Amino acid sequence: MKDKGEAIIDRRGGTAINVALTVILMLFMLACLCIGKYVISPRDCLDMFTAAIFGTGDNSGWTQMDWNILFSVRLPRVLASVVVGSALALSGSVYQSIFKNPLVSPDLLGVSSGACIGAAVAILLALPQFGIQVAAFIGGIIAVALTVSIPRILKSSSNIMLVLAGIIVGGAMASILGFIKYVADPETQLAAITYWQLGSFSYVDMGLLLNILPLTVLAAGLLLMMSFWIGVLSLGEREAQTLGANVKVLRGTCIGCATILTASGVCISGTIGWVGLVIPHFSRMLVGTNTRQMLPASLLLGGAFMLLVDTVTRMIGPAEMPISILTGLVGAPFYAWLLYKQRNRLR
Amino acid sequence: MGYSVEDVSFTYPSGDHPVLDRVSLTVKPGEIVALLGPNGAGKTTLLHCMMNLLKPSSGSVAMEGTDIRDLSARELAGKVAYVPQTHEPTFDYTVLDFVLMGRAPRYNAFGHPDKGDQKRCMEILEELGIEKLADHSYLQISGGERQQVMIARALAQEPEIMIFDEPTAHLDFGNQQRALTMIHKMAQKGHGVLMTSHHPDHALMIGDVTALLYRNGRLESGKTQEIITENRLAEVYQTPLRLIEIKELGRKACLLPGIGTKE
Repeated sequence: MKDKGEAIIDRRGGTAINVALTVILMLFMLACLCIGKYVISPRDCLDMFTAAIFGTGDNSGWTQMDWNILFSVRLPRVLASVVVGSALALSGSVYQSIFKNPLVSPDLLGVSSGACIGAAVAILLALPQFGIQVAAFIGGIIAVALTVSIPRILKSSSNIMLVLAGIIVGGAMASILGFIKYVADPETQLAAITYWQLGSFSYVDMGLLLNILPLTVLAAGLLLMMSFWIGVLSLGEREAQTLGANVKVLRGTCIGCATILTASGVCISGTIGWVGLVIPHFSRMLVGTNTRQMLPASLLLGGAFMLLVDTVTRMIGPAEMPISILTGLVGAPFYAWLLYKQRNRLR
Repeated sequence: MGYSVEDVSFTYPSGDHPVLDRVSLTVKPGEIVALLGPNGAGKTTLLHCMMNLLKPSSGSVAMEGTDIRDLSARELAGKVAYVPQTHEPTFDYTVLDFVLMGRAPRYNAFGHPDKGDQKRCMEILEELGIEKLADHSYLQISGGERQQVMIARALAQEPEIMIFDEPTAHLDFGNQQRALTMIHKMAQKGHGVLMTSHHPDHALMIGDVTALLYRNGRLESGKTQEIITENRLAEVYQTPLRLIEIKELGRKACLLPGIGTKE
């Protein structure tokens, strides 16, 4: 029996919804491992996992071809899309909370394009994979630092100013990226950078994913553990401090972790728009604003959404579409609908 | 002991004259200090210095003898609650979620309020008679209710000292009275209270001590009945005004002279 306070806190059933979302995400992952141009039955899929994990099991149903497709092609891709979707949605939610601004997202703050530039420079310099990751992170941090410092220099803390600062930084980043593309080798590097700028999961490999995963999981874990305080920070710096927040350390840690998440996403799949903006809003609508429920919800929804979109991209058409094309096509009208639903709350 | 401001001066980096000039003030448990001063005199600046939000140029603020600069934000928040002027938060937290944030000082960066805290916060809402608001959106309640919710959040901190920045701003007559009554009750329970106001009447109604902050940054404080005089108020507000004993109310009232009527 829940007491009254708890019933109110959880009046939207946020905990139950999060459990349900976890189950749905699992089922989605299983389904997406099975479907594609080459179909594997769910049963064979589970058998192969049993065989891979325990070394034994029923191996009557599946062939070596099934095995290769499952573990070398589909599994890295499914994992990558879930990781990237979760990372982008969670970092978007965290940015929105700590900048107390529902209009910002990793794209708008320039983090995505900054990370993109960092990675593109690393590609031009032919750095190894680890170097690309570090460069993407540094690019992301520089971009967010620039965006955040513009309102400070102008001594304005309004929501609009932060958005404008994001547009300024984003514009500059786009030019820099344009320049990098201009000097890149048109035969090889240019195509890679362009394709990658629109985001894609087709070149994901398990090695890269396993390299990036630990840091990503750590950053996401830290943010989820700090979810209550992220809510306190969303009241604004001064109020958060009078409620006992060590604002500099907390904010710094949150921005650092969220930027790691965005940069990791960019490393894995290139820049993918909209997810970091739309999913936080959708999560708030679903489980309420309490960050302790809203942050996990956005993580789960982001993963599920990206998985869905990626599965659609690999199903339709003879050649694969870059994924940002579809996230934009789905995300923009979806965002319009969310704004329509929340029109009374937004001012 | 209590919460004491000692010789605090403050000059904004861009300013040429001090906003606060060697200000001293003490807030004792169970006592209400009303801070009066004209617009822009630096009342909020003083409160911010007291909350460690601004660093005084000289002088110090101490909580029971400990300089607040030696306290962490969490330690200070556990002893002193600050009730800023009401404002609209960006996200529409429920009232209970909002009040629960008052429990934050008890937890480290990875902690969060538990069921006990929820129960305590519901009790506080009940004490204030606003438990019905618990599941309302903080964005969709009235200004008066919002002020009460802010007070509830401050109470959730279970502080020794409560600091209110214009608790009656933007409130209608009835809500002003309710807010003052609530503050009076806090003091009776043993909290030390400092509140700023634009109404000398509020100081006369509930202020044990009144502090007057002048335009030049000097502060004068003392027992309300002694410190509030027509001359001093005229000096503070730069306009003549009248203090009249109202027998029916059993208190003095501060009134502005009429406009276009003869004195």
